[in-house]
Amino acid sequence: MYSEEVMEHFSNPRNVGEILDADGVGTEGNPLCGDVMKMSIKVEDNRIKDIKFKTFGCGAAIAVSSMVTEMVKGKTLDEAMALTKEKVAEALGGLPPNKMHCSNLGSDALHKAVEDYRSKQKSKETKEKFVCHCPYCNTTCDAPYPYCNSCGASIKICTNCGEALKKETTICTKCGTSV
Amino acid sequence: MSEKSIAKKVYLDHIATTPCHPKVVEAMQPYFREIFGNPQSDHEFGWQAKMAIEEARGKIANMIKALPQEIIFVSSGTEANNFALKGIANAFEKKGRHIIASSIEHRSVLTPLKFLEKSGYKVTYLPVDNLGLVNPDDVRNNITNETILISVMHANNEIGTIEPIAEIGKLAKEKGIIFHTDAAASAGTVPLDVARLNVDLMSISAHKSYGPKGVGALYVRKGVKITPLIHGGVQEAGRRTGIENVPGIVGFGVAAELSEKEMNERISYLIPLRDKLKKGILEKIDYVYYNGHPSERLPNNVNIAIEYVEGEAMLLSMMKEGIATASASTCTMMSLETSHVLQGIGVPPQTANSSLVFSIGMDNTEEDIDRVIDVLPKIIERLRAMSAIYPGKQ
Repeated sequence: MYSEEVMEHFSNPRNVGEILDADGVGTEGNPLCGDVMKMSIKVEDNRIKDIKFKTFGCGAAIAVSSMVTEMVKGKTLDEAMALTKEKVAEALGGLPPNKMHCSNLGSDALHKAVEDYRSKQKSKETKEKFVCHCPYCNTTCDAPYPYCNSCGASIKICTNCGEALKKETTICTKCGTSV
Repeated sequence: MSEKSIAKKVYLDHIATTPCHPKVVEAMQPYFREIFGNPQSDHEFGWQAKMAIEEARGKIANMIKALPQEIIFVSSGTEANNFALKGIANAFEKKGRHIIASSIEHRSVLTPLKFLEKSGYKVTYLPVDNLGLVNPDDVRNNITNETILISVMHANNEIGTIEPIAEIGKLAKEKGIIFHTDAAASAGTVPLDVARLNVDLMSISAHKSYGPKGVGALYVRKGVKITPLIHGGVQEAGRRTGIENVPGIVGFGVAAELSEKEMNERISYLIPLRDKLKKGILEKIDYVYYNGHPSERLPNNVNIAIEYVEGEAMLLSMMKEGIATASASTCTMMSLETSHVLQGIGVPPQTANSSLVFSIGMDNTEEDIDRVIDVLPKIIERLRAMSAIYPGKQ
C-alpha cells in the first residue's frame, strides 16, 4: 500500500531522463537488490539549475527519484547535500517500512552527483592554480615537467610543495624539504 | 458515465486466491444463522451441522479419490503442511530424523522444515532442473536409513511446474518412507488421485479453487500415524481439535464437488487462454523469458521475466489499468528476498526481480487476455524509458 503522493509521482514522474552534458552524475543501488538510480545535474552559481533521473526499481524507488529531483531543483548544493531520506519519505506522505531503506536511495544518488561535480571542480581549480616558474628563465607553465618547456633546462620539482627548483638544489627554497 | 468507458477489472492472480463460486456462497448461507449448532452437540442443531461436515468430507475425499475418514479438516493449506511435516516428524522420531524435500517448496513447507532443523532434524533440500522438475533419482540417492519423510509439492505455485509425484511416491513406497505432497496449487485445477500418485499425505486448500478462505484439508492415508498439531477435544477424531469451521467446510465441499464435475471443462477452457497470453507477451515484448515447464504445467500459470523493468513497478502500472497480477520480485515481498523458486531454476536474481506471475481463472475471458497483451507492452515501454539499466531495443 502506497500513499497518494507516491502513486502520483510513480504515475507522473518529474524530470525523467539524462543530462548529456551534465556537470555531475551519481549512481546508487544494485540491480540484484532491485533498485538502481542515476541522477545527473547541471550546476550554475552553486545551484542545481537542472536535474534528471533514471531509475530501475519498484514504485517507491521511482517516486523517490522523482520527488528528490523536485525537492532540489533550483536549490544550492549545500541544500541538496542536506536532503535526507527521511525528508524525502515525509514529502511523499510516508513510505512502507520495508521500503524506507532499500528503495529510498534517491538522496544518496543525488549526493553522489553533487560530490562528483565538486571533485571535478576541485581538480579543475588545482589545475588552473598550478603555475610552474622556471628557476632559470622564469617562464610560467601550467604543469610540472622535469624540464622547462621554454628554455629546455632540466629542473627539479619539490616532492612536498611542487615548487620548480634548479637542478643542483638539495633543499627546497620554498618549503625547506630535502630534495 | 457509460458502461463502455469503465474498463472491466481483470483479475489474474488466482494462485493467490479465487472468488467463491456463487453455488459455494449459496450453500454456506444456512450455516451462519439457521444450522449454526456445534457439531459435537447432541441435539438437532448439532446433528445437522455434523451431517453437513460429513457430507463435505465425502465430496473432498471423492475429489482426490480418498476415503472420507482419510480427510482431516484444517484452517488452511499452511496448517495442512505444518501438520503433515511436524506431525510425521514427531510420530516417527524414534525411527529417524531425516527428511527430504524439494528446494522450491512453498514457504509453508520450508519454514516448518527450518523449525524442525532447529529441533535436531536433518533436511536434504533437492535441487530442481531449469524447468523446475525434481529428479526422482536425486530422491533415491538421498534416502538413508534415517529418512522418515519425503515432501515434494504436486505443482509449484510460482512457475506452475507439475512434479513427477507418482514416480517419487512409488520410490518412497518401496522404501517404506512416508510421502507428503503439497497440492494446494493443484487441487481443483488438475485431477488428483492419491492412490495413483502413491502419496501418504496431501495438503489441499479451499480458497484456490472457488471455495472460501479459512479452510483446508490434510489427507492422511489410513493407517499412517500422525501426531496432532493442536491438542484439545474430540473433533476430527482428536487429530485436529477445536470447533469446526462449519460454513467453510460446507463451502469447501461444494467447491470440491464442482471441481470434480467441471475438471475437464476447466482445463480445456484455461489452457488456450494460458497459451494465448504467453504467445502474446513473447511476441510483443523483447528481452523476455518464459519460466517453467512447457507442458508439465498447471493449465492456468504463465510466468514471464521481462528484463530491465522491476516487477513491482509493473504490478503498480497494471493495477492502474485495472489488471491484478503477481510478481516474484524482491520488492513485492515483505521478506525482501529474491524468489527461491526462480533462483532454484537458475534465473539470475536481477531477472527474477523482473518476473510476472499470471494465474488465470474461470472468471477470465479471452478479452481479459487481449487487454493484458495490449496494455503490457506500453507499460514496459514507459518503464524501460526511465530505467537506469535498459540498454535499448533488442
